[in-house]
Amino acid sequence: MSKFHVSTTVNGDTVEYLCDPRETLLDCLRDKLNLTGAKEGCGTGDCGACSVTVDGRLVCSCLMLGVEADGKQIETVEGIAEGDVLHPLQQKFIEHAALQCGICTPGILVAAKSLLEKNPNPTEEETRYWLAGNLCRCTGYDKIIRAVMETAAELREAS
Amino acid sequence: MDYHSPASFAEASALAANATGTTRFLAGGTDVLVQLRSDLVTPNTLIDIKKINGVQDITRNADGSWTIGVAATGAEMSEHAELVRDWPGVVEAMDLIGSTQVQGRATLTGNLCNGSPAADSVPAMVAAGVTVTVTGPDGSREVAVEDIPTGPGRTALNKGELISAVNIPARGANGGDAYLRFIPRTEMDIAVVGVGVNLRLEGDTITEARVSLGAVAPTVLLVEDCAKAIIGSTLDEAALDALAAAASAACNPIDDKRGTIAFRTEVSGVLATRAAKIAYARAKGEQA
Repeated sequence: MSKFHVSTTVNGDTVEYLCDPRETLLDCLRDKLNLTGAKEGCGTGDCGACSVTVDGRLVCSCLMLGVEADGKQIETVEGIAEGDVLHPLQQKFIEHAALQCGICTPGILVAAKSLLEKNPNPTEEETRYWLAGNLCRCTGYDKIIRAVMETAAELREAS
Repeated sequence: MDYHSPASFAEASALAANATGTTRFLAGGTDVLVQLRSDLVTPNTLIDIKKINGVQDITRNADGSWTIGVAATGAEMSEHAELVRDWPGVVEAMDLIGSTQVQGRATLTGNLCNGSPAADSVPAMVAAGVTVTVTGPDGSREVAVEDIPTGPGRTALNKGELISAVNIPARGANGGDAYLRFIPRTEMDIAVVGVGVNLRLEGDTITEARVSLGAVAPTVLLVEDCAKAIIGSTLDEAALDALAAAASAACNPIDDKRGTIAFRTEVSGVLATRAAKIAYARAKGEQA
C-alpha cells in the first residue's frame, strides 16, 4: 500500500508526514507529529476529545483522514498557550478546577477558544450548545461552563 | 484501500465505475469514517470529492434558486444569512445533525447518501422540493430527493454515479418551510420522528404544500394526504386535525429502543401540526 505525502501547517509550523489513507488526522497528529494533546475518546465523533480546528473550523480530528489535511491550517491545544504564558481559558480552567481526569480538557479548550473567536459574548445556553459535542464524565460541566463564561467576560473587558 | 481525490465529477464517476469491491465517496466523512473505523464498511476505493472545483460553494442563482455544493457544510449553511432567510426549515434540519464539530464537516449530500430513514435534512429537503444532480458514466440527470433513498442504507444511485449538486428551488413569494423532530434529549440524538413542511399562501389560504415524514418508515416519506389536508385551508383546527390524522396514517414505523410504533405514530401527527404552524407563520412573514 502506497503512502501519501502530506504537507500541512500545524500551530503555524509547516510539517510533513507520510500516511496510510486509512489513518485519521488524529492518528497523524499523535503518532507522527507527537502532538498528543488531542485524545482519542470514542473514535466516532461523539465525544470531542480529539477536537482541533482546520482552516478555522472546529472539527473532530478522528472524523478526518490524515491525507485530507494536505494544505490546511490546523490548530491544536498545543498552540493555545504562548510559550510559558497560558491562554486565559487555560488559566480560568485551573482557577475553577474545571477538570478532573483531564482527558476531555484539550478538546474543550480548543472548542471553547473557537466559540469565543466566533462569539465573544455567548449566553450560557449558547455556550452549552456549542460544547455539547465535548463530553466530560467527571465534572458535571458546571465548572467548565463557568470558566468559559468568565474568560469571555474578562476578554471583553480587556479588549 | 485506494484513496483518490479527482478534480472533476466525470473523473470521480469514471474512478467509481472502474473500481472493484466496495466504493465510498468522501465528502464530510462523518458517516464514512465512523463506518470505516468501526469496521462496518471498509471501502476498497475511497474517492474524496472535496478537490473538485466549487463543491464548497453555496450559490444563489439568477432565478432565485440555490445550488449547494456537495461538500458545503452544515456550519456554512447556518452562517449563510440569505439561505437561512429563504429556507429556514432546510437549514434548521441540517443544523440539528450532531455537534458543532460534526457541523464543521457534515453535508446535505452525505446525509442523503448515508440512507438513514432518520436523517434530519432529508425530510426538510423533500418538503422543500429539492432535487439533486446525479453524475454518472452516461452524463448527468436530475433526481428528486425523495427518489434517492430506497431503504435503510440504500440509494437509487447506480455504480459509477454520484451526486454532483443539490438544487433548492426559488423560495418565491409567501412561502415558508419548517422542520421539527422528536428526540428524548435536547440535542445530539437521532430523530424518533421528523417532519418537514413547506407551504405557500395566497392571503391566509394555503395554495401549495408538501409534507414529509422521517424515521417512521424504511425511507423518508412524501405524504400527499398531508398536503391535501391543508391545501385550501387557513390552517384552522379542522385542517390541523386532518393533517395530524393523515401523518399518523402514513406511518409504517418500527419498535426500537428510541420509540415504539404507537409513540411514533402519535408523535408524527403532533409534530406535523406544529411544523405546519411554524411554516405558516414564516410564510406570513412572522418570526417563528
